[in-house]
Amino acid sequence: MPTKLVQAELVKKQKLITNIFKFSIFSKELVSCAKPGQFLEIRVSNDLVPFLRRPISIHSIDKENNIIEFIFQVKGKGTEILSSKQIGDNIDILGPLGNGTFDLKDYKNVAVIGGGIGVFPLYELVKSSPKDVETNTYLGFRNKELVTLENEFKEASSYFILTTDDGSYGENGFAIDYLKKDIEKKNIEAIYACGPMPMLKAVKKLSEETKIPAYLSLEKLMGCGVGACLGCNVMNVKKGSYDKVCKDGPVFLAEDVEI
Amino acid sequence: MNTQINFAGIKMKNPVTVASGTFGYGREYSEIFDLSKLGAVITKGTSYKPKMGNKNPRVCETTAGMLNAIGLENPGVDYFIENDLPFLKKFDTAIIVNAFGGTGGTIQDYVNVCEVLNKLDIDGVELNLSCPNVKAGCLAYGTTYEGVKEITTAVRKVLTSKPLIIKLTPNITDITIPAKAAEDAGADAISLINTLTAMKIDINTRKPILANNTGGLSGPAIKPVAVRMVYQASKAVKIPVMGLGGIMNGDDAIEFMLAGASCISIGAGNFVDPLCSIKTIEGIENYMKKYNIEDINEIIGGVQMN
Repeated sequence: MPTKLVQAELVKKQKLITNIFKFSIFSKELVSCAKPGQFLEIRVSNDLVPFLRRPISIHSIDKENNIIEFIFQVKGKGTEILSSKQIGDNIDILGPLGNGTFDLKDYKNVAVIGGGIGVFPLYELVKSSPKDVETNTYLGFRNKELVTLENEFKEASSYFILTTDDGSYGENGFAIDYLKKDIEKKNIEAIYACGPMPMLKAVKKLSEETKIPAYLSLEKLMGCGVGACLGCNVMNVKKGSYDKVCKDGPVFLAEDVEI
Repeated sequence: MNTQINFAGIKMKNPVTVASGTFGYGREYSEIFDLSKLGAVITKGTSYKPKMGNKNPRVCETTAGMLNAIGLENPGVDYFIENDLPFLKKFDTAIIVNAFGGTGGTIQDYVNVCEVLNKLDIDGVELNLSCPNVKAGCLAYGTTYEGVKEITTAVRKVLTSKPLIIKLTPNITDITIPAKAAEDAGADAISLINTLTAMKIDINTRKPILANNTGGLSGPAIKPVAVRMVYQASKAVKIPVMGLGGIMNGDDAIEFMLAGASCISIGAGNFVDPLCSIKTIEGIENYMKKYNIEDINEIIGGVQMN
C-alpha cells in the first residue's frame, strides 16, 4: 500500500462541539488508496515546536468528490495549531497509513462499538458497508454535551444505540452493556471497536467469552508513523513478539494483542 | 560541482546519510523517495540474534525534539541477510550496517555479528557503543578509553574487509577520550553523537512517560551540543568524522561539516519530514552555489574560530 506525502487543501472546516473539529481535505492521491481504519500523520507547522507529526484517524472517504475527512479534538499545542488552519490552507499529510484496517471481510451481520472521540474512525466502515450487511452500531459518550455524529451514524447503520454514562442523553450506561445484551440474539459475527482502553478491554473480554472475533483500533505514542522507528509497539501474543501499531495496525484482531 | 565524498573508504555520491534507528532497513521510506539519492543508508542496529526491545511507551515528544527508548529491537543478522540486504542492494547507495552485541552485550556478542558482516556485500559497519536504552553492552563500553579500545580492537580483528565506524555517546565529559580510543584501536572513522540520556515526567500521574523511565533525546534540541562535540572530536583524531544530532536541513548539515564532519546523518528529521534527507542534499548544493564552492570536501573543518 503506497504511502504518500502530500500538501492537500482544506476545503471545509466544521466545529462539531467544543474543541472537536472536522476537516475535509481535497486529495485524489489520498482518497485513491485510503481504507476504513487507516490514519494520517499530519505536520501542523514547519516550526520545531511541536516537533512530531500528529497521527489522526480517517473519518470518511468520498471517492466521488476526492474528499477525505478527519475529526480531532484539541488536546495540546499541536491540535490547537491544526484547529487554526483556514479553508484554502494546504495541510502537510503523510498517509494513508496502516495495514491493519477495519475490513468487513465476508461478514453479513456485525457490531460496531465506539466510545467518545473513538467513534470517528468507525464511520467509514459503517458508511461504506454493502446494503446486505447488517451494521449494529453502539456509541457511548460521557454525557449529552459530548455527543457527536448521532445523525450520521444513525442514518448509515441498520440498528443504532447511543448511550451516555450519566444518562443525560440516549440510553443510560455503557455502550458495551447494550452490545452484550444483543450479541447473541442478533447473531453478531464480528465486532469492530474504537474508543478508550477500558472499553477496548471489555470488548476483548466479550470476544473471548463469545468466540466472536473483535477488531480493535489501538492508539499509541508514535514517532514516524510508517514502521521505521519501532516506537509504537504492541505485544502480539500469537507471534510472541512485538507488532507495530502504525504499520501492522492500527486495527488488530483482539485475540492477537495484549492490551 | 562535486558533492562526492570518500568517507573512510566508503564512496558516497553526497555527504547525506540516514541515521541508524530512524530509517528501519529502508523499506518504509522507499515508498516515498528513491533511496539511490542518498549518500548512504545506515541500518537499524542489528545483532547476531533477534532482540525484542523495551516495553511501550517507547517514544515521546519534547521541545524541539523527542525521547526514545526502543531498546534496539531488531530481527537479527540472519533475517537482515535474507530479507533486507537484497532489498537495499537494489538501490545505488552505500549500505552501512549498524551493529551491536544483542541481549548479552558481551564483546564476544559484538564479535559474532561483525564476523558475519565481514563477509557480506555491504560498504561499512557502524559499531554502536552508545545506546542509552539497553541494560548490557553499548554505554558500558562507550564511556571509557579502555572500554572503547578493548571492544574496537576485538571487532577490528574479525572485521578485516570493511570500514569500521565507531558511534560515540555524548553522555561523557570529554568526547575526545572515546574518539582517540577508537582511532588507537584501528577504527576507520567515528560517528557522533548518539542521543543524550534524558527523562520526561507526566506531572498528572507523576510517572515518567517512557516505560524505560529514561530515554535518548534527539532532534534540534541537541544540535548545538552535537556541533561542539563534532568539533572537539575531529580536532582530536585524524580519522574522519560523521556528524549527527538534530540536523533538519542543508544549513544544519553545513554547520556540522564546518565543525569537522566529513558527512552527516539525518535522524529524527526523517520522522518530521520523510523528505528531510533529500531537502538537505538540495540545501547543501544551494550553499555551494551561493559561496562558489566547487568541491564539498573544501568545507570540511572549515570553521574559523574566534
